[in-house]
Amino acid sequence: MRRDTRQVFAQTAADLVDQDLSVALVYAEISGQYLADVEQRHPDRVVNVGIREQLLVNVGAGMALTGMRPVVHTFASFLVERAFEQVKLGFSHQDVGGVLVSSGASYDISGGGRTHQAPGDVALIDTLPDWTIHVPGHADEVEAALRLAVAGSGRDYIRVTAHQNRDALPVTPGRFHVVRRGAGATVVAVGPMLDPVLEAVSGLDVSVVYAGTVRPFDGRGLRAVLATPDVVLVEPYLQGTSARCVDDALVDVPHRLLALGVGRTELRRYGAPADHAAAHGLDPSGIRRSIDGFLGLRGAA
Amino acid sequence: MLVRMTTTDTPAAQDTGRSLGYADLYVLMSLMSGDEKHSAAATSTLDALWVLYDEVLDVSPQTVDDPGRDRFYLSKGHGPMAYYAVLAAKGYFPLEWLTDWASYDSPLGYHPDRTLVPGVEISSGSLGHGLPLAVGTALGLRAQGLLSRVVVLVGDAELDEGSNQEAVELAAALGLESLTVVVVDNGSSTHGVPGRIEERFATEGWQVTRVDGRDHGQLRRALSRRPRAGQVALPSVVVAHVEEKGA
Repeated sequence: MRRDTRQVFAQTAADLVDQDLSVALVYAEISGQYLADVEQRHPDRVVNVGIREQLLVNVGAGMALTGMRPVVHTFASFLVERAFEQVKLGFSHQDVGGVLVSSGASYDISGGGRTHQAPGDVALIDTLPDWTIHVPGHADEVEAALRLAVAGSGRDYIRVTAHQNRDALPVTPGRFHVVRRGAGATVVAVGPMLDPVLEAVSGLDVSVVYAGTVRPFDGRGLRAVLATPDVVLVEPYLQGTSARCVDDALVDVPHRLLALGVGRTELRRYGAPADHAAAHGLDPSGIRRSIDGFLGLRGAA
Repeated sequence: MLVRMTTTDTPAAQDTGRSLGYADLYVLMSLMSGDEKHSAAATSTLDALWVLYDEVLDVSPQTVDDPGRDRFYLSKGHGPMAYYAVLAAKGYFPLEWLTDWASYDSPLGYHPDRTLVPGVEISSGSLGHGLPLAVGTALGLRAQGLLSRVVVLVGDAELDEGSNQEAVELAAALGLESLTVVVVDNGSSTHGVPGRIEERFATEGWQVTRVDGRDHGQLRRALSRRPRAGQVALPSVVVAHVEEKGA
């Protein structure tokens, strides 16, 4: 049975706090049910700031100014969207490192409505230079990405989502993983989009590469696998977020790009995450429909 | 208050070996403004800054990277002439830097950048960030067993930003006794209420002192005070009243 991604984040973070005196964990109520024990063991380095997200991010940055390695956590909507200026100024402008870990993603909290959904988080972080952006597609990748990020000294954003692929792949920032090679288009599946993509392209002679880390974007790896200059990008957050990276990688190659992701239109629906995936065309049949259209295979659908 | 310059000579500590004093700060500010007179607003922070760097903070140009140094965070980053003048007078960077401040090639901007200016601890300008950062820093220092003080200077209008309230609450709840906030109050808050600042901090459990922001003796006494052993650990705030903006 697969482990729960958010619990794996909490357990890994607790383990890192136990092991390394320079690691701090700052959170704002969210996931407190998983963090109470480690907070009791290390009240000096595990801090629940309460429902104060602007403070959350700047407390992490302020700790980083003393040389500590902060892990900062709450839902993506509050961590990145509500406190974006704190991310921009507290970390980037002060030029200190830190690890921001969000949960909730685009529509994990589908029943919660728009207030708890943050499909724009990666695009927002992407307005800032030099952030490594992890989109792990499996609980094991959450653990590996967090350990890797905390061991470093840079600025990392780890987007934890409940949805996971069947199998974990190695976490290799800056390098995509070639899942299968074909003679036609290349599909870039980001994080939890891998399994839906593999199901969608069943029977198609296309390549599939897996991106568990989208910044830095492995443009060189994408070029190396390209059979025809047709690229399909499937991202679990705002549609088109990485389109500019594909265009940069292929700036000297006439190419076509189909960018799939979460649409801008507010659905104003509740239900299950699967309902939202289908509504945004991110379920296997929706992805297949879009790829068939892009490749001129409409009759096959 | 208008300050009339009696000399336009540039102080040259390096040449004479003479250390620069408070009276030199106006000359240094003139290097930046090209003006012999400075408004009350431009000098509202000058006395608090001078007392901090001259008599209170345990930091020097030689210890800017020492993990155990005291930290000073200028949160109210606009109008930094007085800050730059004090840092230059204390030898953190050459006096010549002042003459072309805010030029494209100058490290000194209208808002300070910690990556460009020795001795500047945080990059500020957008209001309501310094105090939350200082809370994190006080926590980080405490977790490492360091006894450094963390002093943050904010403006009274800056406290209009709600992010400060989040920080005021947490700092008291976690007993951050190493943290001191200096509020330079020149009555510039829109929708301000007299006494509100002192009451707010007191309500959250801070030690509150109110001083004349131009009186060096009062500033020194208030800022030098450390909680005595055995006292409940509390952060402290010094509200330094100066002339109203535009007065």
